Amino acid sequence: MAAPAYTPDEMMTVAAARMLWDGCVCFVGIGVPSAAANLARFTHAPNVVLIYESGTIGTRPSVLPLSIGDGELAESATAVVPLPEVFSYWLQGGRIDAGFLGAAQIDRFGNLNSTVIGDYARPKTRLPGAGGAPEIAAHARETFVVLKQSVRTFVPRLDFCSSAGFMEGAGARGRSPATGAGPRAVITDLGILRPAADSEELTLCERYEGVAVQDVVAATGWPLKVAAQVETVAPPTPEELKLLRDLHARTRAAHNRPAILRALKRLP
Amino acid sequence: MLTCSLHEAIARYVEDGQTIALEGFTHLIPFAAGHEIIRQGRRDLHLVRMTPDLIYDQMIGMGCARALTFSWGGNPGVGSLHRLRDAVERSWPGPLAIHEHSHAGMAAAYTAGAARLPFAMLRGYIGNGLPAVNPQIQSVQCPYTGERIATVPAMNPDVTILHAQQADRDGNILLRGIIGAQKEAALAASKLIVTVEEVVDTLAAPMNAIVLPHWVVNAVVPVPAGAYPAYAQGYYERDNAFYLAWDDIARERDTFTAWMERHVLGTPDHAGFLRSLPVASRERSEA
Repeated sequence: MAAPAYTPDEMMTVAAARMLWDGCVCFVGIGVPSAAANLARFTHAPNVVLIYESGTIGTRPSVLPLSIGDGELAESATAVVPLPEVFSYWLQGGRIDAGFLGAAQIDRFGNLNSTVIGDYARPKTRLPGAGGAPEIAAHARETFVVLKQSVRTFVPRLDFCSSAGFMEGAGARGRSPATGAGPRAVITDLGILRPAADSEELTLCERYEGVAVQDVVAATGWPLKVAAQVETVAPPTPEELKLLRDLHARTRAAHNRPAILRALKRLP
Repeated sequence: MLTCSLHEAIARYVEDGQTIALEGFTHLIPFAAGHEIIRQGRRDLHLVRMTPDLIYDQMIGMGCARALTFSWGGNPGVGSLHRLRDAVERSWPGPLAIHEHSHAGMAAAYTAGAARLPFAMLRGYIGNGLPAVNPQIQSVQCPYTGERIATVPAMNPDVTILHAQQADRDGNILLRGIIGAQKEAALAASKLIVTVEEVVDTLAAPMNAIVLPHWVVNAVVPVPAGAYPAYAQGYYERDNAFYLAWDDIARERDTFTAWMERHVLGTPDHAGFLRSLPVASRERSEA
């Protein structure tokens, strides 16, 4: 069989983009979440409202920002609000439909680690930390988690819990002060996992073309639950692929353009 | 309010051992001021910033800090802050105590600081491991509903330093664009230093603009391009290529130290720093 004309990363980004709906108010992080949210805006969800934690509400960047605070996010936004307001009035206030999160580790209940690998006091790897994620995970009405699947990332026990998913499962989250419903789907480079109805344990529900259920099980650090019927996700359409590749190409060109010349013109 | 040189402002207000906040959320990061603190050799600082960014990576790597309060410590969109990691993982160039929060928690701490309240509340840190490792994160019971709500102590820096687009001749400051928690960090501090792109006759500020009035500002310092390699909306863009390049510069101790010695310690001021950078010399030789 011929190799697919797209990469697993592209399939993951397209699958994540398809999760958003037109008009959805989405709190976006940097990386695959940002690529997916903007791809959704360029394809099936032109009226998606993107909010980055820097306070840019309803932003429409032409290239993907490198940071959550690039200038184009502000210039193309409906409004730019102070950061304390983003987290208190907009996120904690229940005005966000969907949060898009990544992580370094995930467990079977969708809890996430983006803080340390190893012991907190003497970490093997100090990761950047959680930033806005703990409260996005708690208060967005629902969340989508995007990360590549391997036994290193899908672990039986997190080294540190940065952001709550379903906690210990079986309704634990519902008894907590978290106002949002938690992860609706985990989108990986192999397929899509969703929480089971009662246990809330992540369950393989969809796989990509050319990926066997066994491949997904083997890339999971716990005995992965598999749905009775595992659907196959439609591959990226030519339009999705073209828009995604154009977006990445525009982004690379923009990020490699040195901006120092304008700064130098400021000097006397 | 004093209008002075950056050298004078740092010499006068920033002392060893203080708690200082150089704020600016990706935008308007006071790089020039951070570099001047490095040049003047300040030590044992407790550095406070939501996102330490490259400026605190540089200050930590150059040995200015004993402690860091922060909520996200990466190079945005690129990866690790290698100097911050080296300090936390291997105590180089010295041990660094960390007080870690979420963004929501730290924004709330500045807000309480500005309002001179002892602590802030948020419905936060739910199912999160930080309260177990940061004893500053506590909770109170709501007197009306009985709900447990997370608390963080107010953040009141000895000195907050900001970069802004404009000051007028009286020292009123105008910020526009992404403004993070700068207003809160400014009003929470005992002393406030603001570097600005330019001093103008009138700010022409829209009615609801973010203006810091002159009587909360201790020193105004004109520093053109003072946020580079971060940016100042309306003046110059964020140099994303520099942020990408920093990953290699800062990865190893010797390349980092050599770069800092050449471009920061080896230059007298921010204009000298900018002119020392490779793209600048290429441009000058072409001119």
